[in-house]
Amino acid sequence: MSEILTNQEKAVNKLRSLYLNYGYLSYKMSKFEEYDLYATNKDFLVSDRVITFTDTDGKLLALKPDVTLSILKNAVEGEKQKVYYNENVYRVSGSTSDFKEIMQSGLECIGEVDLYDKYEVIMLAVKSLDQIGGEYLLNVSHLGILSEILSGCDEQFKAHVLKHIAQKNVQGVKNACLKFGYEDLVQTLCEISQTYGSIEAVLNKLDLLGIKGSAIEELKGLNSLISGSSFYDKIRVDLSLTGDMRYYNGLVFKGYISGISDGVLSGGEYGLLAKKMGKNCSAIGFAVYIDLLEGYKVQASATDVDFLVIYDDKTDKRALVEQVNQLTPKGSVRAQQSVGKIRYREKIDLSGGAK
Amino acid sequence: MINVALPKGRLGEKVYAMFASAGYECPSLLEPNRKLIFTNEEKGISFFWVKPSDVSIYVERGAADIGVCGKDILLEYTPDVYEFLDLNIGKCKMMVAGKKEFHDDGQRTLKVATKFANVAKTYYGSKCRSIDIIHLNGSIEIAPILGLSDVIVDIVETGATLKENNLEVKEIITPISARLIGNKSSFNFKSQEIEKIISELGKLVKND
Repeated sequence: MSEILTNQEKAVNKLRSLYLNYGYLSYKMSKFEEYDLYATNKDFLVSDRVITFTDTDGKLLALKPDVTLSILKNAVEGEKQKVYYNENVYRVSGSTSDFKEIMQSGLECIGEVDLYDKYEVIMLAVKSLDQIGGEYLLNVSHLGILSEILSGCDEQFKAHVLKHIAQKNVQGVKNACLKFGYEDLVQTLCEISQTYGSIEAVLNKLDLLGIKGSAIEELKGLNSLISGSSFYDKIRVDLSLTGDMRYYNGLVFKGYISGISDGVLSGGEYGLLAKKMGKNCSAIGFAVYIDLLEGYKVQASATDVDFLVIYDDKTDKRALVEQVNQLTPKGSVRAQQSVGKIRYREKIDLSGGAK
Repeated sequence: MINVALPKGRLGEKVYAMFASAGYECPSLLEPNRKLIFTNEEKGISFFWVKPSDVSIYVERGAADIGVCGKDILLEYTPDVYEFLDLNIGKCKMMVAGKKEFHDDGQRTLKVATKFANVAKTYYGSKCRSIDIIHLNGSIEIAPILGLSDVIVDIVETGATLKENNLEVKEIITPISARLIGNKSSFNFKSQEIEKIISELGKLVKND
C-alpha cells in the first residue's frame, strides 16, 4: 500500500499520527475567510497577495493564504488549545509570480504556553522532520537575545542590521553599525551572525560574550529537557535565524532536509500577533510545507504498467476480459488497441483472434 | 561535494582564479572544451558556468551550494540566500545617469529606463518620486539619447560609455561588487566545507 502513496500522502499520514499521539486535536476549518482578516494583518503573511472573491451575500472573501490567523482568530481566552491541521493554502509562491495551491500541515499551541509546551512543540518539530525522512536538521534561535542587545536602538538601524544578520553578512553588519553610530555593537553582532552549534555550545559562546537575560535562561531550561533525547544532535541553535519582531518575540525555528533547497518546516512563538489581535494569550506553533516534498527522493520508474494487453476487433472480448482478470492480481494491467507511448514490463498480444 | 555556480565572463574568470589560489583549482576548466561541469574529486568541489544574472537562481534553488554574483543582481532579485563574503572585485556603481542638459525639476513623472526595475522602484520610492519604469534588457545608455526616457538606472564602471555619448552621472545609488552567496539549506549540511572555502577566499580579498 505504501508504494502507491506519494511522498506528500505518506508525510500527511505520519504527521497526523504523530500529532494525535501527543494529544493535539484535529482542527478543520472552512476554505474561505473574510478578506478583512488578512488586510489587517498583511505583514504577518508570507506574501500579501491574496485571492479574493465576492460571496453570494456581497461579502469580500479570500481563499486562505495562511492557517495561523484563522486558528488564532477563533481562540478562546483562558482555554488551552492544542490543535493540528492539514490544509491547502493559496499563495504567490517563491520566485514565480503566480498563485499556487500549497498543502500545509502543522500545529498550534495557544493559551498559557509554558516551558514544557515549548519543549514539546520543538520535539514535535524535530520528530516531524524525522517522520518525513532523510538527513535533517532543526535550526532554533531565540529572538529575545537580539531584542535585548538592540533595545533602544534606532529603528532603521535595527531593520538594516537584522537583515544582514539573517544573511550571515558580516561585512553588512559591520557597515550598518558604523553607518548608524553603533561601533560598540560590531563585535557582538558579528559574532552572533556566525554563531551556530548545539544548544550547549551556543550557550557557552553567549556566556563568553557576556550576554545574559531571560532568553538565555529559557534556552538553558530547554536544554535541560532536551539533553537526554536521541534527537539532541538534530537540534541546532543558529543565532542568524530571525523573524519579524512585530509578531515573533521568543523562540523561532526552521527545519531543513538535505536535498530540499527551502526550509520544509517553519515556526515560532507568536504571542505578539495574538496580542495584536486582541487575544490575551501566548502561542507557539509551526507549519510543514508538504508541497516541497513532491519529487523528493522519488525514483523514476522505468515502466508505466506491468502488463499491457493489446487487442483488436477480431479479439474475442470474453477472452480479453478473462485475460485482464487473470493478470490484475499479479500487477497493474492496461488493455488498449495499440501500444502508443505506454511503457510496459510485459506485453500480451490478443490481436487477430490470438488467445 | 560543493557545487559552485560561476558567472560567465570576465568576472567569473577572476573569481575562478581566486578559488584556484585558495586551493580549489580545477585545471580542466581552463582547457578549451564544451563541458559544462568541472569537478575536482580530490578537493570535493565542482564548478559550472551560468549566465551572471542566473547565479542567484541556481543558489536559491539548491542546484548550486554556493556561487558568486554581483550585488546588483542581489539587490534586484532579493534571493533568500546567505551573503558570506564581499570579494571586492568586479567593482562598479549603481547610478542614475542622463543627458548633460537634463535637470529633474520634479514637476512631472520621471521616465526611467533600466534593467533593474526593482532597484529603481525602491530608490525612487524612498524619495517619494513618481516614476514611469521602462524595462529594457541591454544597451540602456541609448534610451535618454533617443528620448525614450529622461534618465537611466544602470551599473557604471569607468563611465567611458556615458562620457562618449554626452551623458553624465546624476546620482550614485550604491556601490556594487561581487559577493559569495550560499543556499541556506545546503549550509546546514555542509557547513564545515563551506566555512573553509569562505575562510580561504577571505584571506585573498584585497581590502582598500
